[in-house]
Amino acid sequence: MIDAETQEIFRQETEALIESLQDALLALNKTPDDAELVTQVFRDLHTLKGTGAMFGYARLAEFIHDFEAAFEAVRSGNATVTPDLIAVSLKAYDLIVALLEGEEPPVERDAELKSALAAVTAGDAPAAASIDAPEPDVAEDGEVEAWILTFKLPPDFMEIGGNPIAMLDELIEIGGADTKVRALTDGLPALADLNPAEMHTGWEVILPGGASESDIMDVFMFHEDQMELSLKPVRKEKPAVQQDLREEELQPGAQQQEAEKKAAASDRKGGTAKVQMRVSAERLDDIMDRVGELVIAEARLTDLASKLGNSDLMEVVENIQRLALGLRDTTMAIRLTPVSSITGRFQRLAHDLAGKTGKDFDFVIEGEETELDKTVIEKLSDPLVHILRNAVDHGLEDSDTRIAAGKPARGTVTLSARYSGADVLISVKDDGKGLDPDFIRGRAIDRGLIGEDAVLSRSEIFALLMEPGFSTAEQITDLSGRGVGTDVVKSTVEGLRGSVEIESELGAGSTFTLRLPLTLAIIEGLLLQVGDERFTVPLAAVGGIVEQPEELKKGSEPTTVIELREELISILRLREIFECDGPTNEHPKVVLVETGGTQVGLAVDRIIGSYQTVIKQLSPMHSRLNVFSGATILGDGDVALIVDVAQLVRSQGLDNQNKEQAA
Amino acid sequence: MSKEILIIDDSPSVRRMVAMTLQQEGFEVTQAEDGAQGLETAKSKRFDMVITDQNMPNMTGIEFIQAYRNDPSSSGVPIIFLSTESEGNLKDQARSAGALGWIMKPFEQAKLLAVVNKVVG
Repeated sequence: MIDAETQEIFRQETEALIESLQDALLALNKTPDDAELVTQVFRDLHTLKGTGAMFGYARLAEFIHDFEAAFEAVRSGNATVTPDLIAVSLKAYDLIVALLEGEEPPVERDAELKSALAAVTAGDAPAAASIDAPEPDVAEDGEVEAWILTFKLPPDFMEIGGNPIAMLDELIEIGGADTKVRALTDGLPALADLNPAEMHTGWEVILPGGASESDIMDVFMFHEDQMELSLKPVRKEKPAVQQDLREEELQPGAQQQEAEKKAAASDRKGGTAKVQMRVSAERLDDIMDRVGELVIAEARLTDLASKLGNSDLMEVVENIQRLALGLRDTTMAIRLTPVSSITGRFQRLAHDLAGKTGKDFDFVIEGEETELDKTVIEKLSDPLVHILRNAVDHGLEDSDTRIAAGKPARGTVTLSARYSGADVLISVKDDGKGLDPDFIRGRAIDRGLIGEDAVLSRSEIFALLMEPGFSTAEQITDLSGRGVGTDVVKSTVEGLRGSVEIESELGAGSTFTLRLPLTLAIIEGLLLQVGDERFTVPLAAVGGIVEQPEELKKGSEPTTVIELREELISILRLREIFECDGPTNEHPKVVLVETGGTQVGLAVDRIIGSYQTVIKQLSPMHSRLNVFSGATILGDGDVALIVDVAQLVRSQGLDNQNKEQAA
Repeated sequence: MSKEILIIDDSPSVRRMVAMTLQQEGFEVTQAEDGAQGLETAKSKRFDMVITDQNMPNMTGIEFIQAYRNDPSSSGVPIIFLSTESEGNLKDQARSAGALGWIMKPFEQAKLLAVVNKVVG
């Protein structure tokens, strides 16, 4: 009965609500006195309850009712926000999420949490008290022979749009043909005082006992409080008309109605599952592939058309170009998701970790709006959970140790996401005790991961942490010992064509950085000419293009350092590195690209221009050529390799050099 | 001629759900996003019924009812007050402002239809 689009609007709305709710709860943990946050929680719960029930989430609504009552108690000053309340609320929040997602957690859980909520807001708070009146007992209905109903409507009843005749019709419908109606006119004023727009008549209605009390009361659902109303049952003991037959007729009908209701409810449930619009990643990949092919074909068409020089044809080609670009952007946008879609669970994790370890720390999230391919984001969740756990469990010291070390008692763990050229960097930084390279080295030797005389750079030593077999049982605690190991972090990230970088200073803290390509199948590239060859670098990584200074044109070593714009910059000569033949250019260029937080220059012969680069994976045979992230097919059918600048810099041994310079 | 109903609610899903439920039953439905917009719409023509939420930006449901009832054109137009507030006094406030009745959220489609049919049917 509820269509897909409504369901989707509902899903989006509740998603925003539960996020807002969790944020407010977590914020409340920090500033328990913030009345606005309490109101926020209350309001979110309210709306969730309301809309939830309308979309068939009866259990959810029923549970939230009590959850809400706890915060109503806080709002009205009958209870205060305590860490216990927040802890229970977060569990209650989990239940809400589970119920919204259509899971069916054990029903006892509701009661457990309800009483926990009531307990933490104890006192005179009406937390657990149900406001809803209990449903009238069906068994009792059977004993009723008849109902005597008398009522008098409020005087302005018709003025505000009410219809007394419709009400009587409804009562007759409920009671059937045996219903008796009598007007009570004793309240009528004298004719001279009578306002014809006002109601003064009362009624007495006698309905058969088979009518349900709640159906009758429903007729007056709005007006009970403003009117005179009495509904009295006439019990069987009293001599009254025999109604046995009638009851038997009615019972099966009622049962059938009940069955229909249930069927409708399960229909609704089935409907919920059906309308969830989920597209498999495979299909998206499929679309992306086709769009890629389209972009290549379009480039070829453009190439041919410009050779023919037919202006009519060019017009069509330009149109196709625009359409293909639009299609590409839309397709890519479908796949992009902001990092914030998973940060909520980290907020929560941080809160739980603080509770379990007893370590006091601030959890800061930066750059949530950074967008990544959806599949990448989903796969990142587990590795990040692991790194975060490690940061709190192994990284942060307890308050006493921190104070003794002259640090603030409260630690800080920062999760940040940002773009770096064509990559996205996601890092987890703590200001804890840092990593001890000597200790790691020693352990790696013990475990046989490296030889005793191995010469390793600092970053190579830290990288040992992620080798399978490095972590040992001694290190495993309740927190970090579960889930994926650090070696799995590495393999997951590398599976996404990314890398993990670890930086740490003993005593000052550590930073784990996941470097991930945007992994879009199509990127905006800058096409470069080096001799006879063409290469592409992601345009997003390009910081600028300058003429090659004279000093650079002379040398021929693959890498060098020159002063450019008053800064020392490492230059990579692509001609020498890739051993390209062919003519040079009179005005060669340097393309400045950013990688790993530093700028390097690529010396090239010519800039061809920006280019829609459809990334084609290199075959497994070429997988060791990691300085290329793929290849692309150009409009004329030639192939250009896509340079992975970070890998190129690493392959030339410039990354350590840079770090040493920085250090 | 089909009956025309105005629904005023800031929640898109509630609005849509109400509209859809009523449209399926052959009612004509006009939507407004808050009290102020609702007031403008309600005054622009005569509806057979107005359904309004309470908690909305710009103008709350009760404020809307008060303002609308000040306009003579509202005479005899039933207003149903929609709210998640469980406080009884809001109901009473809505009633004294001139609402015919209320539906407490949470409500189901069947309940909504029952009320609407009861009021305009």
